[in-house]
Amino acid sequence: MGKGPSADTLLEVKGLAKHFTLHGDIFSKLAGEKTQVLKAVDGIDFHIRRGETLGLVGESGCGKSTTARLVTRLIEPTAGEVRLGDENLLAFSPARLKEMRKDVQLVFQDPYSSLNPRKTIMHILSRPMEIHGLAVTWADKRSKVLELLHRVGLGIEHIDRYPHEFSGGQRQRIAIARALSVDPELVIGDEPVSALDVSIQAQILNLFRDLQEEFGLTYLFIAHDLSVIRHISDRVAVMYVGKIVETGPAAALFERPLHPYTKALLLAVPEADPAKPPPKLTLKGEVSTPIDPPPGCRLCGRCPREIPICAEVAPPLADVGDGRMVACHNL
Amino acid sequence: MAETVLELDDLTVRFRLRRGDLTAVDGVSFSIGRGETFGLVGESGSGKSVTARAIMRLIPDPPGEIPRGRILFEGGNVLEKSDAEMRALRGRRIAMVFQEPMSALNPVFTVCDQISDAMRTNLGLSKAEARERVVELLSLVGIPSPRKRVDSFVHEFSGGMRQRVMLAMALSCDPGFLIADEPTTALDVTIQATILELITAMIASRGMSLLFITHNLGVVAHSCDSIGVMYASHMVELGSKDEIFARPQHPYTVGLLNSIPRLDTQAKYLTPINGSVCSMMEPPPGCKFHPRCAHAMDVCRREIPRLREIAPGHFAACHLHGRE
Repeated sequence: MGKGPSADTLLEVKGLAKHFTLHGDIFSKLAGEKTQVLKAVDGIDFHIRRGETLGLVGESGCGKSTTARLVTRLIEPTAGEVRLGDENLLAFSPARLKEMRKDVQLVFQDPYSSLNPRKTIMHILSRPMEIHGLAVTWADKRSKVLELLHRVGLGIEHIDRYPHEFSGGQRQRIAIARALSVDPELVIGDEPVSALDVSIQAQILNLFRDLQEEFGLTYLFIAHDLSVIRHISDRVAVMYVGKIVETGPAAALFERPLHPYTKALLLAVPEADPAKPPPKLTLKGEVSTPIDPPPGCRLCGRCPREIPICAEVAPPLADVGDGRMVACHNL
Repeated sequence: MAETVLELDDLTVRFRLRRGDLTAVDGVSFSIGRGETFGLVGESGSGKSVTARAIMRLIPDPPGEIPRGRILFEGGNVLEKSDAEMRALRGRRIAMVFQEPMSALNPVFTVCDQISDAMRTNLGLSKAEARERVVELLSLVGIPSPRKRVDSFVHEFSGGMRQRVMLAMALSCDPGFLIADEPTTALDVTIQATILELITAMIASRGMSLLFITHNLGVVAHSCDSIGVMYASHMVELGSKDEIFARPQHPYTVGLLNSIPRLDTQAKYLTPINGSVCSMMEPPPGCKFHPRCAHAMDVCRREIPRLREIAPGHFAACHLHGRE
């Protein structure tokens, strides 16, 4: 496995950042308080090779979902670059952007709010094909939708039903079928299994795996559940308050985590095996704030391995060999 | 075996809805000893939370009703108590921690007001005494600078801190029994770890009994002595934690354990349970799990299996395990 991006890289992200300016109320302005900046994503780099699954893991508020939105250009970044194949996605014209939407598809967390309750499954699954000119006649659309339903493990009798007639797991299958309807290269799953019960979650994870083999899909899989990330990913990136702190092949990263945050995260997971050590937290205090963060490492004040430089300089993501990168001053 | 504190006997809870009757809990029996932690596990809609609410007599009637069963708490049947007796029980002897602290706590009162309310009613403390107790409790559950935070409102706390406030409130009248309904489900994993540690420590130091409701098998593996597994309103397996994790007997429990992706190894495919949970409005005849079960036999489609002891202290409701 190579280290950096290469010819088979599908998505490459460099120095990507999204800062939100928080406008205080009129009283705080009159009082002369400074405007605050929330650094949701603050200069991250990663790449995904064709056919690979990159798992992006982190706790709530760390910037995982903002990253998904930036990569699909649903929101505009403050800085940085997103390259799809050999093109800069941020320089796309509106027409090219529409084309790009065909290649990059999203599956959201909550299939109750991501499917239009007023439309039938036929409509939901055929509309993207219509928009991208992949199917024109009714008969063509119908046969393609039936094929999609079959692919995601739903009976063809469901085609004229509405989303409310389905269970959570079935709805997520529909959301996945919709993503597949335009034959994308990259599928971004933003917590696609976290709203599901564990027995259904396993079905959907298997489906993601099958579809990847069959269609050669590339996945950016976002989740907060570490065992889900371990299961689905080839490589993993761990985020903490707007920064990527560690990346590497899934097996190596989980077996020998290097960054203090990754270590802490893994020790905090309660495993479904009483013989395993009980979960514990090795970090001090609470999650750091992304609002006007201090210049140093985001884990400052919580980290058991802190040294003086940590408060001064943010550690860069540095290559440590074996395809692994870690952002820490004191490995 | 320690003295039994809580015993559920054939508890059945039904909701009369416009669309028809829905049996949310069907003939559930189990008991919890003094100082014991019991984990009630199951997926959404299995009836775990309704069971907890029935113990606290929090099932609204109508539409809810309890046509069968007994809930014996320290010997007395909770279902036969008057409203006044229930008020004396709730908070004072049984307390409850809910999943979503933001909706369980009152946004327009300070933390001090909310926590002292129960103490002033139940323990007859004065306002000043109650306030001192609140400060003590907040420091006990690990809220930094409690004297400053005591007059804060709920929205001024983070999710983990709110759950600590809930726990402080539950512990305020020193109850002997705690019901925790998915107390860490809304929390991040690092915060979950601290809250679990805190609950375990509180329970142990006060000799309390705990009914822990969760869908997360990882959480029960580390915080409970015994486990009950519920599926579609029935208790399907019951036993000690070690026994159930080492030798699960009901196909549903086995399926659940196999569905969990593991942290230490990577398999290409998981082994899920096929299909989805049956409709609770029109449940299938016989065993509720048979449409999803790989071992289903004719008898499973006809007869509801009863909970049988298949090893000392280990019960399963499955026709695979011997018939009478």
